[in-house]
Amino acid sequence: MNAIILSAVWGIIMMFSGIVTKSKTAIRNTAIIGLALLLIGNYADMMGYHLVTMEVHKMLYFDTFGLLGNSIAFASTLLLVLLSGRDMEKVGHNLAEYFALIFFVLCGISLVTTFNSLLMLFLGIEIISIPLYILTGSDKKNLKSNEAALKYFLMGSFSTGLMLLGIAFLYGASPMGSFAVDELWTAKPQVSPLMLSGILLLLISMSFKVSAAPFHFWTPDVYDGAPTVFTSFMATIVKVSIFVGFIRLFDEGFGQGAAQWQIFVAIITAATLFIGNITAVFQQSVKRMLAYSSIAQAGFMLLGLLSLTGIAKQGIILYAAAYSLATIGIFAILLRMKDYTFEGFNGLAKRQPLLAATCTIFLLSLAGIPLTGGFFAKYYMLMSVVSTGKFMWLAIFAVLCAAVSAYYYFRVIQAMYFKDGEGGTEVEPSAGFKGLLVLLAALILVLGVFPQTLLHQLTEMIYTW
Amino acid sequence: MIPVLLILIPLVTGLVGFFLKSVTGAKNWSLFSSLVTLVISLWALTLAKDSELLHTDVAWLPDLGSRFSVGMDGLSTILSLLTAVSFPLIFVATWRDEYRGKSWNFYALMLLSQAGLMGVFLATDALLFYFFWELALIPVYFLCSQWGGERRIAVTFKFFVYTFVGSLLMLIGLLWIYSKTPDHSFSMKSFYAMRSVISAKDQVWLFWLLFTAFAIKMPIWPLHTWQPDTYEQSPNATTMVLSAIMVKMGLFGVIRWLAPVLPVGTWAWGDTVSGACIIGMIYASLVAIKQDDLKRLIAYSSIAHVGLMCLAIFATTESGMQGVMIQMFNHGINILGMWIVVDLIERQTGTRKISQLGGLAQTAPVLAILLVVVALANVALPLTNAFIGEFLLFSGVFTSTATQFGVVFTVVAGLSIILSAVYTLNMIQRVFYGSTNTLTAKVTDIRLNEKVVLVAIVGLILFVGVYPKPMLDLTKETAEFILSKMNYKL
Repeated sequence: MNAIILSAVWGIIMMFSGIVTKSKTAIRNTAIIGLALLLIGNYADMMGYHLVTMEVHKMLYFDTFGLLGNSIAFASTLLLVLLSGRDMEKVGHNLAEYFALIFFVLCGISLVTTFNSLLMLFLGIEIISIPLYILTGSDKKNLKSNEAALKYFLMGSFSTGLMLLGIAFLYGASPMGSFAVDELWTAKPQVSPLMLSGILLLLISMSFKVSAAPFHFWTPDVYDGAPTVFTSFMATIVKVSIFVGFIRLFDEGFGQGAAQWQIFVAIITAATLFIGNITAVFQQSVKRMLAYSSIAQAGFMLLGLLSLTGIAKQGIILYAAAYSLATIGIFAILLRMKDYTFEGFNGLAKRQPLLAATCTIFLLSLAGIPLTGGFFAKYYMLMSVVSTGKFMWLAIFAVLCAAVSAYYYFRVIQAMYFKDGEGGTEVEPSAGFKGLLVLLAALILVLGVFPQTLLHQLTEMIYTW
Repeated sequence: MIPVLLILIPLVTGLVGFFLKSVTGAKNWSLFSSLVTLVISLWALTLAKDSELLHTDVAWLPDLGSRFSVGMDGLSTILSLLTAVSFPLIFVATWRDEYRGKSWNFYALMLLSQAGLMGVFLATDALLFYFFWELALIPVYFLCSQWGGERRIAVTFKFFVYTFVGSLLMLIGLLWIYSKTPDHSFSMKSFYAMRSVISAKDQVWLFWLLFTAFAIKMPIWPLHTWQPDTYEQSPNATTMVLSAIMVKMGLFGVIRWLAPVLPVGTWAWGDTVSGACIIGMIYASLVAIKQDDLKRLIAYSSIAHVGLMCLAIFATTESGMQGVMIQMFNHGINILGMWIVVDLIERQTGTRKISQLGGLAQTAPVLAILLVVVALANVALPLTNAFIGEFLLFSGVFTSTATQFGVVFTVVAGLSIILSAVYTLNMIQRVFYGSTNTLTAKVTDIRLNEKVVLVAIVGLILFVGVYPKPMLDLTKETAEFILSKMNYKL
């Protein structure tokens, strides 16, 4: 509850901060303080200290899974703002508004991660989406940014419509006429057609939001067109948080009838892995490659949705952290580059050894090489599928796709280390920037050797609730 | 304790090596580090087999059922010894090689790859083994891509993708076995206990998930296509690591993590794999005869030799199994000798083309004598170490009861030995004898550091060839143990 209240209030504070001061540094610092408070507030929630105790009528349900998901989202946003806050200033004049919108997105995220009623899920998704439409189009003078925003808006509203339809179906099909996800399932062995179509509609609309194939067509254009720092935000924090909600919805709501819909998830997973990885291979721009790579990574996260075991839930938390940290790091470096193509990275290791070294760790983590958090993220996902005993073909397909992904991640490493060229940053990065990158890389390595440091929060904290 | 040191010393010294910023400093540092590792590894030989120093087992990932557990039995002792012996030899032999750019990074990465290899050979926990299996690859990837030949980037990447696909499939296989263990543990003991639990039907397909990774690493025909290219394009010191030690990872993987865990699968596919080995041996030997590039010639010869070792594993006999363990060590030493000579010739003449060389015996007589010994070992002549190893291998295959084609396999494999004599002796004749030309006339004889290394290698070749008893004693117990696990009826 702390997170929802704090993020909404701080969003309003940010909105008015633009009136009080014109100093960009002051605005940015306010946002950083807000994010830090958010993180602390959310952690306090996990420890059992609540700002307010409110009767939520089972609309929300605060468990460690959702709250830890929140923590990852807030911590990642904090790191993103620390790393790339200055790049946000270059987008346009309305810095305070950008931060306000980000806080509203975070408010939506805290609803989606802890919802217990389909209405709350819908509300959360909308609160996330609408500010994102604006952020996508925030580079007002850029035609591509405008196009991306319009495209995102049209496709996004359509998928929201589908979601509402699905919710209505489910409401109709539920035995007691309830929106609460844990009361949806009728104990009957046979699922009614109305219920199944409701589940499928929700599956489709959620797949759209996490850009799973074949509902991914908006992703590359939107990620490419949006200002890069907001792409970074969308591709990491927003995506993984919606995944937390996605898992929650299917686990709490439809987990008992998994056999009925699993095959659809399996098909979506296979398609996402295939399309994301294969298309990423052909990209010339690192930014666009990262857009497709985010689709490919979503495919791996979908494996957790398929199996829905305890391991899968742990895995999605780990995946969220490892993937967000690595991608934010790469985007932060990309933002400083003169040229966004692969050639732009040529010879970076000679000019910026530290940037190249940390970038290598991020890329290795995305590729899933041991000693990085990305390895255990993939490990948990594969383990969750293998332990169910079904869908072995999908696990094998997934690792073959992971091998393909090595191709485009290593292309960046090859460019940085083994090719000569004029690739470099626009200005010399500050020591603080470099220090943060090292911190990010260190976090990824810690997750890669002791993933338990994060996951123990799941099991230890649940008793304090 | 000792296994941990064997991994930690190269790891820590390697990480320090990145910050040395001086070429001579890095050279001295890496040689010092590898010598310390060698001393510790020799110390391990003197200890009793049940000494507590040889095992370490600490909690690592309790929720995942994986422990940081390392230990040394005959198999891991002999391979960690090979790793420990090879690195100082490589460093000394390539002392005069120069690397462009920040060359201290080269030595640091070499040490890191040593740490990874040690980890692979010493791990007694499947997840830990997988961890090191992948980690050993990363430094080598950087070494080859940064300091290799003209086509290095594409070739190294091919190598990387090949092995990455294999190891990911292996991960799925390991996960599947783990998910069936009653105590949810990755430990070697739990895995070996699964051999009678996993149904024959499952073993048959699981076998390929694991074996693909090992077959790529060895490499076995038809998965060998990365190997000649990679050997040719890599810097010489890295080629030595790849061929002397890294290909043994595949053989080691089969012996330690495949055959005792999935004995039915191993038995069921034994003839198929053996057939591939045989085809590969003959094919590689024939291709080797036609090669003009020295590095490619040795690369193909290595495919043939490794094929024979793999063949013997699937024969499931005691002499075969012991032969594999001994021959892994011998082959590492012998091929190291061959590479050192190639490295010398290339550094002095600037070419590796056999057709451009000739008459080196006149300008470098000492080198010629030492090379002939190494080359004879490569052909497995009596009194050399490879004779001991290959004799055991052949008798193992011949007496095998696991296959009904033992005789056929022996005969065809024997053919490849004859072919190996053809290309090895032909190579010596064309490179060292005949008349000198403008390229080879100015070649000087080997200098002290190379002499020391080659004499040490020749010494090892003859010592093991004449007195193989310590090697046989070392491997006997482990070979029997593995074979008892490969008998799924027990």
